[in-house]
Amino acid sequence: MNRAFDLRMGESHIEVYKFRTGAIPIATLLALVIQAWLPMHFTRAALLDLPLLVVIYLGLSRRNPSTGLLLGTAVGLMQDSLSGPIVPLGLFGIAKTVVGYLASSLGARLDTEHPAARFALTAGFFIIHQAVVALTRRILLAQPEPWFNLRLFAGALVNALVAVFLFVLLDRLRRPS
Amino acid sequence: MPPRHKSLVLLAGVILLQVLLLAVQIKRDSQGRLIRTWTVGAVSPFERAGSYGFGWFRDVWRNYFALRSAKKDREDLRRENDALKLRIAQLEGKAAETDRLAALLHFRQLQSDVPMVAARVIGGSAVPASLTIEIDRGEKDGIRQSMGVITPDGVVGKVSEAYAHTSQVLLLTDQRSGVGAMLADSRIQSPVGGVGEPLITMKYVPNDDDVSVGERVITSGMDRIFPRDLPVGTITEIRAGVPFKQIRIKPAANLEKLEEVLVLLTLNPLKGDDVPAAKPAEPVASSPAPPQVVNP
Repeated sequence: MNRAFDLRMGESHIEVYKFRTGAIPIATLLALVIQAWLPMHFTRAALLDLPLLVVIYLGLSRRNPSTGLLLGTAVGLMQDSLSGPIVPLGLFGIAKTVVGYLASSLGARLDTEHPAARFALTAGFFIIHQAVVALTRRILLAQPEPWFNLRLFAGALVNALVAVFLFVLLDRLRRPS
Repeated sequence: MPPRHKSLVLLAGVILLQVLLLAVQIKRDSQGRLIRTWTVGAVSPFERAGSYGFGWFRDVWRNYFALRSAKKDREDLRRENDALKLRIAQLEGKAAETDRLAALLHFRQLQSDVPMVAARVIGGSAVPASLTIEIDRGEKDGIRQSMGVITPDGVVGKVSEAYAHTSQVLLLTDQRSGVGAMLADSRIQSPVGGVGEPLITMKYVPNDDDVSVGERVITSGMDRIFPRDLPVGTITEIRAGVPFKQIRIKPAANLEKLEEVLVLLTLNPLKGDDVPAAKPAEPVASSPAPPQVVNP
């Protein structure tokens, strides 16, 4: 049974993937749990943003902007909720909404299955995500936040590298076409 | 409306809602407690389970796998501990030796008029019945047979054999040994000799002489080997005998743990005018004459 369907845009032929039942909520929840727990034991793991990687992956795979942005909103708000009172609800929500939308939109136009493409896209989305967070903090919350620095650069590279391997794992959650 | 526009409108709407949410939080400082409660309530069980799971894994790792090197570490530490114990024992031995040598030096300085040489004990007797020690000085160092051997604590014995580089010393406790002595308080003179036991005896003190336990016994100088007033020992036991008291004396020098000694490099340390005003023990008429201290 072929559960995937094709999205035709002009001459391109890009496959849209569906996932096993419960795979998206479980992956999202797992990413949030690990993200909340990992930095407590490994300080350097704070560079990772697993919920962001899940949003990017699902956005690139589902290739539906509405689904992507709603998923980004949900994941972002949950991440805000788990980040304590110093992070207002909506900070990461807005950023991941934008990333979810962009990932879904871009996924509908490009073939994002190649590891190099995934690496570059993840690094780009990480930077966009940080830019939106910084913008929100500076403009809406009047809080100091660097646009970009060496740590964020390292974060972009680390997340992109992790994404290459994580996405291969998440590919296994797809329903066979 | 095209699907792309729909999603754009949705994006704008969602972002606007979240901006409003932010604004509400800032204005009311409410921090969206309900949403936080729901999210935390949904996620915390998984966090707790993950934490327990990780804790179990970490414990297993730390208490089993990570302990594989503990045995080797323990062996290394044990060896290091043994080496350190040995080192401490060596240092303690050296410190004790330094103290003893300092005492010897001090004693030599006090007795500067008597020529003497320090020697190290390098061996004991090969026969249990013979109470002798071997020292690392001999005829090359001026040592001759019958010279006195002492420590700052007291008399040790006499040189029984002198070789080129070593000498054999007959301890005061040996049956063949003897030294001219007197009681420090009553000044009663009597030779003291060994009986092959740790205690030595003073045999020729008449029963009617007043002697008490604990009294010090010193050299009299009459044997012309040892200078007078050197400690010989302390009386530990007195029994009436026929015809003399049986007096047992604990040697002043620790003859069982000798490590360094001084050899008196003279056979006649006592000059004529140095004879102490001592009262010789008068044996009773019926008793045999007390033997003289034999200089082997």
